[in-house]
Amino acid sequence: MIAARGLGKRFGYRLVLESVNLKVNPGELVVLLGPNGAGKSTLLRILASLSRPTFGEVEVAGSRFPQQAAAARAQIGFLGHKPMLHEDLSARQNLIFYASLYGVKRPDARIKELLNLFDLDPRRHEPVRTFSRGMQQRLAVARAMLHRPKVLLLDEPHSGLDREAITILDGLLRDLAKKGTTILLATHDLQVAQRLAQRVEVLAAGRLAASWRRRQLASRQFPSLYDRALRRAQLGGQHA
Amino acid sequence: MIEPYGAHSLAANMPRASAYLAVVGAIVRKDLAVEWRSRQLLASMLVFALLVILIFNFALELDAATRSELSAGVLWATFAFAGTLGLNRSMAMENDSRALDGLLLAPVDRSAIYFGKALANVSFMLLVALFTLPVYSILYNVDLFNAGLLLVLVLGAWGYSAIGTLLAAMAMQARSREVLLPVLLFPLLLPVLIAAVRASGFFLEGLALAYIWPSLNLLIVYAVTMPALGYMFFDFIVEE
Repeated sequence: MIAARGLGKRFGYRLVLESVNLKVNPGELVVLLGPNGAGKSTLLRILASLSRPTFGEVEVAGSRFPQQAAAARAQIGFLGHKPMLHEDLSARQNLIFYASLYGVKRPDARIKELLNLFDLDPRRHEPVRTFSRGMQQRLAVARAMLHRPKVLLLDEPHSGLDREAITILDGLLRDLAKKGTTILLATHDLQVAQRLAQRVEVLAAGRLAASWRRRQLASRQFPSLYDRALRRAQLGGQHA
Repeated sequence: MIEPYGAHSLAANMPRASAYLAVVGAIVRKDLAVEWRSRQLLASMLVFALLVILIFNFALELDAATRSELSAGVLWATFAFAGTLGLNRSMAMENDSRALDGLLLAPVDRSAIYFGKALANVSFMLLVALFTLPVYSILYNVDLFNAGLLLVLVLGAWGYSAIGTLLAAMAMQARSREVLLPVLLFPLLLPVLIAAVRASGFFLEGLALAYIWPSLNLLIVYAVTMPALGYMFFDFIVEE
């Protein structure tokens, strides 16, 4: 479970997030939709305990930040803009390293499973620096899922992936959500939201501007609803 | 598809101290593996150290007695300058692809990252010493294979790495970190360098332990207090 109450973040004089209240239940796949610069990455970094909020409270997987952040991190899988991989190491070496950080049981079997799933096994011994952007992204997704986290925080996970990898990732995320993993996925892409979300939270100008359930996303009016929510947020409106 | 079992975190499976040490060990192994594959850090430190030794050798044109007196100073000047190269590169590797975020997500107290990096850095310094001491010994005609000198080397290198790793983490985000690190580091390092030069010189001259103790004491104090500072402040330094 993810809960943020009155969350705010200020960088110098700039307020990047303002009083964000968000709850994602276990087994729920929520898409955080918003334009560039809306504060999506900042919110995800706070929820992953990589950044401290200026105000407000965070609770992830039953642990409050910052007091129980180390315990929470064991339950969090985070994928950011950058792959967080060591480019001189091979794909397998990177995953072995992260498996040892998280104390993954039977790491070899788990690593093989993920490398096969993301079609990286044939190149497992090659340095990551020789991988294409899409392959690095696939490996980064595997890294985020390596320790079987209860909470997944994914920032634009589809970026750089080809159609086949997108299909695998979508299937995997739906499957994980069905089995109880809490997923918060940030994107600016309306199609990703329509394809995957059980619920969409629109983040604009650092505020949650709208919240829609799955049935509302199927409507053809969804893009215009989204545009209106963004305009309202830019004018300083509150949650719809 | 992958089963989302509960996260098998270190915190859940092992006592906290073992989890902490496992992360420290994983980081040291990872840094050594990266270096084994890239050979960037050690190569630059080693070439730099050998150049400094050669330049001193040809620039000073000293007689045998003066050479022997200057040995300790030249050695530590060499290690100090080569060490800053290593510290900069060691933290830069974590900045690439935001690999540091991957470390910060580990489910343990973040001081484990500090100790892992500091131990890796001291290993690199000692490896450089291992290669440069024989060269120095031949060029300067000084017998450097002295148990006391080796003890000073280990204590001095650990004090150096302990404070250097902390400051390198501070300088990491700065655009001019190659300049910033030595500017921050050398004023704080002066007591270690003076004590190390004095203790090394006394050991090479074969003086009684009573003369050497004050310098050794200072090295021991640094070797204990600097890691303590790292333990207390590393989390604040790397936090966003």
